[in-house]
Amino acid sequence: MSYFSVSNVNKVFESTQALTDVSLSVNKGSIFGLLGPNGAGKTTLIRIINQITAPDSGEVFLEGRRMTSSDVEKIGYLPEERGLYKKMKIGDQAIYLAQLKGMSRHSAMKALKFWFEKFEIAGWWDKKVEELSKGMQQKVQFITTIIHQPQLLIFDEPFTGFDPINANLIKQEILGLRDNGATIIFSTHNMSTVEDLCDHIALINKSRKILDGAVTEVKDNFKTNIFELDYKGDYSKVAQVLGNSFTILEHTEKGLSNRIKILHLNGNGSNDVLQLLMPVAEIKSFREVVPSMNDIFIRVVESSNEKNNQL
Amino acid sequence: MNKTWIILRREYLTRVLKKSFIVTTLLVPLLLAAMMVIPAWLASRQDKEVRNIAVYDETSLFLGQLGQEGFTKYQFIEKEKYEKIKANLEGTEYYALLYIPGNILTTNRVELFSPKQLPLEMGEQIERKLSQIIETDKRNKVVQEVGVPDLEQKLAATKTRIRVNTLQVTETGEQKKSSSVVAFIASYGMGFLIYFFVFMYGSLVMRSVMEEKKNRIVEVIVSSVKPYQLMTGKIVGTALVGLTQVAIWVILIFGVLTVLQSFFTPETAQQMGKSIMESQGQMAPMQQNMPVSQNQISEVLEMIGTLNIPLILFGFIFYFLSGYLLYSSLMGAVGAAVDNEEDTQQLVFPVTFPLILSIILLFSISKSPDGAIAFWASIVPFTAPVCMLARLPFSPPIWEVILSMVLMIVTTIGAIWVGSKIYKTGILMYGKKVTLKELVKWLRYKG
Repeated sequence: MSYFSVSNVNKVFESTQALTDVSLSVNKGSIFGLLGPNGAGKTTLIRIINQITAPDSGEVFLEGRRMTSSDVEKIGYLPEERGLYKKMKIGDQAIYLAQLKGMSRHSAMKALKFWFEKFEIAGWWDKKVEELSKGMQQKVQFITTIIHQPQLLIFDEPFTGFDPINANLIKQEILGLRDNGATIIFSTHNMSTVEDLCDHIALINKSRKILDGAVTEVKDNFKTNIFELDYKGDYSKVAQVLGNSFTILEHTEKGLSNRIKILHLNGNGSNDVLQLLMPVAEIKSFREVVPSMNDIFIRVVESSNEKNNQL
Repeated sequence: MNKTWIILRREYLTRVLKKSFIVTTLLVPLLLAAMMVIPAWLASRQDKEVRNIAVYDETSLFLGQLGQEGFTKYQFIEKEKYEKIKANLEGTEYYALLYIPGNILTTNRVELFSPKQLPLEMGEQIERKLSQIIETDKRNKVVQEVGVPDLEQKLAATKTRIRVNTLQVTETGEQKKSSSVVAFIASYGMGFLIYFFVFMYGSLVMRSVMEEKKNRIVEVIVSSVKPYQLMTGKIVGTALVGLTQVAIWVILIFGVLTVLQSFFTPETAQQMGKSIMESQGQMAPMQQNMPVSQNQISEVLEMIGTLNIPLILFGFIFYFLSGYLLYSSLMGAVGAAVDNEEDTQQLVFPVTFPLILSIILLFSISKSPDGAIAFWASIVPFTAPVCMLARLPFSPPIWEVILSMVLMIVTTIGAIWVGSKIYKTGILMYGKKVTLKELVKWLRYKG
């Protein structure tokens, strides 16, 4: 079920096209990765979703209705460019930001107490931001983003400034929020976290969406039909069996255990390979070489850039 | 709770609770009071000390005629004593030594010795006294020689002082007593006050916008509220800070004055007044013949009464609000457009230039409120807050006032529109050096 969607959004700044006909659909309770190189238009799209800027054309829907400015209270947004008032006490600041999201002072207090204790920063309530470390500030910022229990969360590079332990803490919190029914849009350049967290991705390059789909589907579409095997047996026999339907990319012989890397030309799947080889060799390990999100990102963006250049 | 109100509240409270705000708010009136009171207090103290001046008069013309004035006493001495004192002036009880040479009537010169630097008014006092005595003496001789009876009284009757009563004739032919002095003071004072307030609190709005942009908090905030709500909260909140400061100043100044009044009894006040009169020398004898004080005070009051007080008050509030809105929305936009303090100057100057120009023009407008400069400066909206207000005490033609106000309203609305456009784009724009040309482009962005 689509909780949130964007349809045919266009935005032009002076002479630069920031978004061209971008459409997205995000399911309820999922984590959606919004990817793309720097300057692709991600931040513009996120600002349009947050009602900070208006699109030139196209529409944004929330729960099937056209989104209005009062809907921003249902969104929690952690922008990439983020900060806090340096000279204001953290507690006051958090209450202020929560009030701006429509919470009452009283309920903001209660919720903040809970989160400050959970993140072990309760003792910092009366400190000024300038006295805090970067990581601490990020914690406060994360709390102020989620304090009003938004149904839609937008995180733009949420892990910058965190050490691995705190990054993991935040990651767990994000997964917890999803499990509690929140829908999350997640923008990052860190592809390994995309693989860890996202259910679905869209890739934007030069103002256009060039890739969209569930992470598993995307990976399946980009499978290379390359397999890697460790086996015990005679290489010449193996090569003979594989015959014309395979290309051997690499092979190393280490006495008892040999390794071979092959490309399946017809792409019938892994079982065919095993059936062919089992009679002639003892297979020790077998692995389909799946591209990482990082590889996919680079391939897709580069090929789209080449296409643009040819035009 | 309304979000603009939440922003306004934060803006107000953080500024008012700042140490620097509290310090300036409390110190300025105290300093002002000190500036007014300390010199007067010092003067009154100094004058209580009796100064004896030894006078050696070779001519014997002035014997016994100098007497005492204020706290200065003149004592005539003999030649031997004069020589003794002159040799060792510091060791005597005398404050100074006055030597009147025998040829004073031809040279018009006397000498005053003192081991200390003498106050200016002492020399003036002596000059006045001696001149008066010699003048009277010469005149008496002339009167006697001419032999006209009652010449003395006749001459005295020729003393004349003309006072101009300015009367302003209104369109209905009604005559009103007016005073250009009172109007000038009102005009200049109010023009300056508006300039000061608009400049000071306009910059405050600008700095506050810059702070939010620099801290990178602004994107978080505009994802919760509309930029115009943020800007409105900021501008109104800052205006209230200004009003709070002015209110505290007024209360403090009145408080300080009341306290001081209880310190200075009527006698000391009179004493102070007298010593000021004395120090102004020559004017005193002229005015002695005039029935002064009571009449003049009531006249000043009457003149203030002839000013169109409701119009001026309304004008003050109107130009105060519109001028502040006009400039603070533009300065807020400048704050949003720039990334750092250094780039600010370049953009602030074009915005504040008309304001600075109007303070330059203020003096000449207050002097000739119906001239061409005054007319144009009070019609053009950017200089109107200071300049039209400066003209109001002189009752300018009502159509000019209305034209100025209408233009002011239109321009202020325009400035708010322009300001909010630039503000919206600028606050989210980093790392770009902004030029005026760039700003014009921003106005065409949608949404």
